[in-house]
Amino acid sequence: MARRFETALVVGASSGIGEAVARRLAEQGCRVALVARRAERLRAVADEINAASEDERALAFPHDVLAAEEVPDLLQEITRGLGGLDLAVYAAGRQHAVAFDEFDTGKDLEMVGVNLAGAVAWLNPVAERFGRLRRGTIVGIGSVAGDRGRSANPAYNASKAALHTYLEALRNRVGRYGVRVVTVKPGFVDTPMTRGQGRLPWLISADRAAELILRAARRGAVTAYVPVRWRFVMLAIRSVPSFLFKYLKV
Amino acid sequence: MLPRQRLEWVEGWGMAVGAAGYVFRPTTIDGVRRTLAEAAREGVPVVVRGAGRSYGDAALRPESVVLDLSRMDRVLAWDPATGVIDLEPGVTIRRLWRYVLGDGWWPPVVTGTMTPAVGGCLGMNVHGKNNWRRGTFGEHCLELDLVLPTGELRTLDAQADAELFRAVVGSFGQLGVITRARLRLEAVASGRVEVEAVSAPDLETALRLADEAKDDWEYVVGWLDGFTRGRRLGRGLLHFARHLEGGEDPAPAQSLRLEHQDLPDVLLGLVPRSVMWRFMRPLTNRPGMRLLNAGRYLVGSTVGEGARYRQSLAEFNFLLDYVPGWKRVYEPGGLIQHQSFVPAAAAAGVFRRQLELARRRGLPPFLAVLKRHRPDPFLLGHGVDGFSLALDFPVRGRRRRELWALVRELAEPVVEAGGRFYPAKDAALPGDLYRASFRDGQLERFHALKADMDPQHRLRSALADRLLYGEG
Repeated sequence: MARRFETALVVGASSGIGEAVARRLAEQGCRVALVARRAERLRAVADEINAASEDERALAFPHDVLAAEEVPDLLQEITRGLGGLDLAVYAAGRQHAVAFDEFDTGKDLEMVGVNLAGAVAWLNPVAERFGRLRRGTIVGIGSVAGDRGRSANPAYNASKAALHTYLEALRNRVGRYGVRVVTVKPGFVDTPMTRGQGRLPWLISADRAAELILRAARRGAVTAYVPVRWRFVMLAIRSVPSFLFKYLKV
Repeated sequence: MLPRQRLEWVEGWGMAVGAAGYVFRPTTIDGVRRTLAEAAREGVPVVVRGAGRSYGDAALRPESVVLDLSRMDRVLAWDPATGVIDLEPGVTIRRLWRYVLGDGWWPPVVTGTMTPAVGGCLGMNVHGKNNWRRGTFGEHCLELDLVLPTGELRTLDAQADAELFRAVVGSFGQLGVITRARLRLEAVASGRVEVEAVSAPDLETALRLADEAKDDWEYVVGWLDGFTRGRRLGRGLLHFARHLEGGEDPAPAQSLRLEHQDLPDVLLGLVPRSVMWRFMRPLTNRPGMRLLNAGRYLVGSTVGEGARYRQSLAEFNFLLDYVPGWKRVYEPGGLIQHQSFVPAAAAAGVFRRQLELARRRGLPPFLAVLKRHRPDPFLLGHGVDGFSLALDFPVRGRRRRELWALVRELAEPVVEAGGRFYPAKDAALPGDLYRASFRDGQLERFHALKADMDPQHRLRSALADRLLYGEG
């Protein structure tokens, strides 16, 4: 049965896919808590959303996902502010440009921190809450990049792959209580993160990605490639043996 | 931060509304005070909850502290000579009647199920099938203890503190937490009642029969077929009952014993009570319920017409407990009930309009129950000299909004007719219509008391937010 979302939390809501998801949810009448590091930008998004609706649908909560210790208190503050929580979307992401011969541990750990550790810090208490209440939907924004270990950006690929595995484990842990955990694997989406990467194939807008992501969330998909054609592309790419894959420029 | 391990999903009995809350289950008055203090420290409102048998959102509020009093369930004092009993708020109607029946006493007002708790019965000021004769639950309370949000304990006497007492009873737990109630029970000579069943071919006849029966019988209740139209609209069966008097019951000592009161384990001679709801579920749809309603009327108006028989007090009063878990036939959406109280002169017109509206909107009530009422003296009382019609509706996901809109349509003529509503059952009544049903300054008086007794508005509920405070 398709789920209705009346209250939602979007982590990473100041730009890109997270912002688009938050805007779409608010347009559909959902009350949304926006979480992101850039306070000014976050408040601007919340103000725009609220200006477009009759009531206050967006609440801004500035927070850096690397500050894991803040999350439990902040989550309780958010659920009180929203009056509940039906949907949690973890959309915070970091992808640094990495040269082929670059091994910058600082950059790599920051990507792991935002893409994986931040997700664990947020989705653990969310999953605990949803499991206790026997309801709720979790959406994690992974990437097709997590499906293979490409030479171009090892830490980014690994962080997304680990996120996929974490979400799968979370699903196996709380799915039995009626909680849905949706792994989203977008292809190329027109966001600040992908700008400057040259001409990207099958590039879609963040708003289109948000539409597809929320559709998958409502039906409780297990894994949703966005758009769906990436499922077949990645099936083919995953089928390439390692000894050949290392020669591919992907 | 409130402890995460206290987080639970808290639902109205009808399953159609619910919310997450931090549930505290104190067993003592000190525990109640500690809970109120912890909520105050966190700046979180408190909603008071008893057995959780209100159909809608009376005992829940999103992300609030839920003060669940079901573990404060001790009988504190009982005097079988006078029929006066002191109870903690978590004592259920079931526990109460089973405690006193052997001594020849019975609660003067009971609900259609024995599962509600005394605290909730007072908080919502419930009524039974004998409202015309005995009034509401609160009318049989002599005294109560109330813990205010500050932790102060006040004892209210029904006579000496009449004004405040009548404001607290029926105020949805918004003026304080009831931690003790002293009730006066009713002496009964037998554990059985005599019942008469009659049929009514239309709404007007049902109202006339209920009105004629009100002075001769202790209990008057009617079931109406909500699927009918035209001249058959509102047809139904009425049941009248009275307690047996001394000499009428050949074995009163036996009928007052608990084993005589037990509801049957097997229904229709075949189906165990505990699984009956599974057999009912395939019929819980419009065609199935139309058939059941028509069949019930057909049997009641032919072979059952004019039948007189005797039943145990529990069998007659607690019809809703015959099929344990029957609400599950309404899963997953649950059910809501709308019960409106209309002055006698306007009842036929308003109820006819309600039944026609529900049919026209394609949302006929699966169950419709008619009762005769009298006014009550409470500040937020719901009683009128007239009738009430309670309508049960299934909640189906896609039609939920239409159903909520229908409730507004059902309520409008009630307000126009000077009627009232029953918050204990409510989940969907628009607050503006509820507030419009009070015309003599009752709400202003309530708000003045609230400002005095709970100035921080610590005690809240989703129902009170919607109906009293105009929020939510």
